[in-house]
Amino acid sequence: MRKALFTILLLIAFPLAMQWLGYLFYVSFASRVMIYAIAATSLNLVLGYGGMLSFGHAAFVGAGAYVASILVAEGVASAWIGWPAAVAASAALAWVIGAISLRTRGVYFIMITLAFAQMMFYLVNSMKAYGGDEGLTLPRRAELGLGLDLGNEVVFYYVVLFVLLAALYALHRVVHSRFGRVLIAIRENEARVEALGVPVYRYQLLCFVIAGAAGGLAGALLASHGKYVNPNVLHWLQSGTLMIMVILGGVGHLWGGVIGAAVLLGLEHVIADYPLPWLAQVAPNYPQHASLGVGIVLLVIVLFAPQGIAGLVSRKRHA
Amino acid sequence: MLELRNVTKRFGGVVATDDVALEVAQGEVHALIGPNGAGKTTLIGQISGSLRTDLGTIRFMEKEVTALRQHERVGLGLARSYQITSIFKRFTVLENLALAVQARSGSSFSFWRPVAAEAALFDEARMVSREIGLAGRLEVTAGNLAHGEQRALEVGLALATRPRLVLLDEPMAGMGPEESLRMIALIERIRSGVTVLLVEHDMDAVFRLADRITVLVNGRVIATGRPEAIRADPQVRRAYLGDELAA
Repeated sequence: MRKALFTILLLIAFPLAMQWLGYLFYVSFASRVMIYAIAATSLNLVLGYGGMLSFGHAAFVGAGAYVASILVAEGVASAWIGWPAAVAASAALAWVIGAISLRTRGVYFIMITLAFAQMMFYLVNSMKAYGGDEGLTLPRRAELGLGLDLGNEVVFYYVVLFVLLAALYALHRVVHSRFGRVLIAIRENEARVEALGVPVYRYQLLCFVIAGAAGGLAGALLASHGKYVNPNVLHWLQSGTLMIMVILGGVGHLWGGVIGAAVLLGLEHVIADYPLPWLAQVAPNYPQHASLGVGIVLLVIVLFAPQGIAGLVSRKRHA
Repeated sequence: MLELRNVTKRFGGVVATDDVALEVAQGEVHALIGPNGAGKTTLIGQISGSLRTDLGTIRFMEKEVTALRQHERVGLGLARSYQITSIFKRFTVLENLALAVQARSGSSFSFWRPVAAEAALFDEARMVSREIGLAGRLEVTAGNLAHGEQRALEVGLALATRPRLVLLDEPMAGMGPEESLRMIALIERIRSGVTVLLVEHDMDAVFRLADRITVLVNGRVIATGRPEAIRADPQVRRAYLGDELAA
């Protein structure tokens, strides 16, 4: 609890410090990290608490990003319309995909969620009116009103931080509720939960929809952040990245998605922008292959800390 | 209370249960015995609803349930326990039982209120824990319980759904004599409140507990009746009981 409070205070102080130091770029970068943290946290609900190996979460992030972007491109700039619309669209999509995918189990579930996400990827690629494979550039970020200018990096940061903390609090409440208990029990022993009289399918589907909706919100934020969206946001690599974030950070840990997003994006940034001279001499192009470094870190985590970084931290606390 | 007619299940070419007729009366302990591979666990699966029935009808409390899903049958008061222990190993004993109570007590589509604040769930879970003799082990993680305790919790999960009829699939599986006695005592305690269909290999237990016995061999019912009649039945002795009783 104290650790969480400290983290939150740090996150609140961060943009002020960066502004003072003149590193505004890092405020924008931190916003991006937090948006990915929201997306990864929503996947963690499905993957970590629900035990469903969904390999198509980018479909919901992407659907949210596109719905929000298309509305801005069509002149509906208000975030109060665009973001709920993104959430609703992603929830609806998750309902359809989940209703079909959850009839399968194991590797079939992984494959069918992947297949649906790829279908969405190609669908968006073919939407010539909205940029097709070149993507869609937005004239501006969504508008929030209330005297808050989302075009300002610091304001945008605080809005994203607010959404992230709200998402984490909601996740905390949900996993400790009746619904969350059932969800975790299904992860542990699905057949027995059914034998206790619980319609497992309905609970899994609802979990899938909630996570899809939250992913859609992250997508809307992501589109606003970059003022640009392209089909790659729905690509299966994006689903894989979100999955890696969750595994890296801690499957089924409240902060798993946040830690994973921060470590993964941070690592990519450091490897790409701060080349090590000795390594650059041997392999001059290595910063362009940041994922190799990320891969090694992931390997180490999976081998030595199967509970992710969050598991490592909380285990120390208990010991 | 429970009535099976012509119940059949095939797995590919193998007939697991074949034209089974069975009646369990309210309030009795009805034992289902038979050699390994006779189809006892398959029949439990068909009655509980985890396995689809190919042919025949299953009626429970005057209602046809053949086409109902497992969770719907549990809602009517038909619960089961497993031969291979199937508890929530990473939950504590109390959490295991509270979950089962929760599953029965209305919908779990509640997303905000902490379940820990629902005293009624945990009170009832504690009550069940006394019934199964685990009242002193509430905070122990289920995976760390001794084998006999895990078996008791296995039965406890089924009982916590407050069934009218409970299907116990070999509750004494893997137990030593002392643990078996404790399980027999447990079933003696609960029999006044719930009808029991008991699958068991431990013949001492069966003959001590059962009001009536049904014998299943190769998926077919070869005899049904009171324990004395079953013990004396020449066909049963030849097919199943003979060696054990002679010894």
